[in-house]
Amino acid sequence: MVLSLIRDASLVWVASGIVGVSFGAISVAGGLPVWAPVVMSLVVYAGSAQFSAVGLLLAGSTPFAAAATGLLLNTRLAAYGLAVADVIGRGRTARLLGAHLVTDETVAFALAQPDPERRRAAFWVSGIGLFAVWNVSVPAGALAGRALGDTAAYGLDAAFPAVLAALVLPALRDDARIRRCALLGAGVALVATPAVPAGVPVLLALTGLALYGARQKVAA
Amino acid sequence: MNATVVMILALAVGTYAFRLAGPVLHGRVEVPARVQELLSAGAVVLLVALLATGAFTEGAGFAGWARPAGVLVAVVLAWRRAPFVVVVLGAAGVTAALRALGVQ
Repeated sequence: MVLSLIRDASLVWVASGIVGVSFGAISVAGGLPVWAPVVMSLVVYAGSAQFSAVGLLLAGSTPFAAAATGLLLNTRLAAYGLAVADVIGRGRTARLLGAHLVTDETVAFALAQPDPERRRAAFWVSGIGLFAVWNVSVPAGALAGRALGDTAAYGLDAAFPAVLAALVLPALRDDARIRRCALLGAGVALVATPAVPAGVPVLLALTGLALYGARQKVAA
Repeated sequence: MNATVVMILALAVGTYAFRLAGPVLHGRVEVPARVQELLSAGAVVLLVALLATGAFTEGAGFAGWARPAGVLVAVVLAWRRAPFVVVVLGAAGVTAALRALGVQ
């Protein structure tokens, strides 16, 4: 079981490693000291929030605004934490450590598994690997700086949405109610993107849950 | 402490608090089955919204056609139960190929 999980997770790790390298490189190329992206990746450990906070900081925004935007983006982690609480486990250490490993990828990876035991294994395997990869690749990128070239040419920016597609589509295919909610939510998020601050569109997607219906009787 | 340090610490503490809320509340607060069901659905809704915004947008604007085209290929492959590796590499490959042909 662990081997097949590692095989599937390794692609997520490779993609995240490349994103991590670009995060380190962009931060340092923009003028931050090497320790800043490195420490941030250890203690914040949330790719999209790190990118937006550093982006704002480098664009001359106040540190307060940078932190606030990052936090806004990360509010979704609270919803994830509630959704995977029983997957993480009951022990005190498991909760304290597992909480830090809650990311888009680990939650999607865990929820894509068919049974509770596999869900727990998937969470920890993908989470520990992802944390290791992220915190090796960011320093590597920070040290390599600009030597990297343009990663867009390799189509790597399509990898993260593709990873999510591979992980959530089974749930969408099998459950018409969740599909309705998700499609409405995604539409709302896309329409809202040009108009509201970063992080808000994805939160607005939760309005899609209005289509969830009152009881299970409508399940398709 | 300079401003960057304060920013990183504030972001780290707040982010960890968000993450910890679920695991800490779990087992102490009785979560009705209905709410648990909605939370799972909510997580999927958030992930699909990230998928959509990640495919189509860059900052507050349109990401260009190459990326959504690659992601569309991924969605079709995933829907047809293609292996994980095929889905992800398919998306990156299509996007890279389109860019090589001059489609941004």
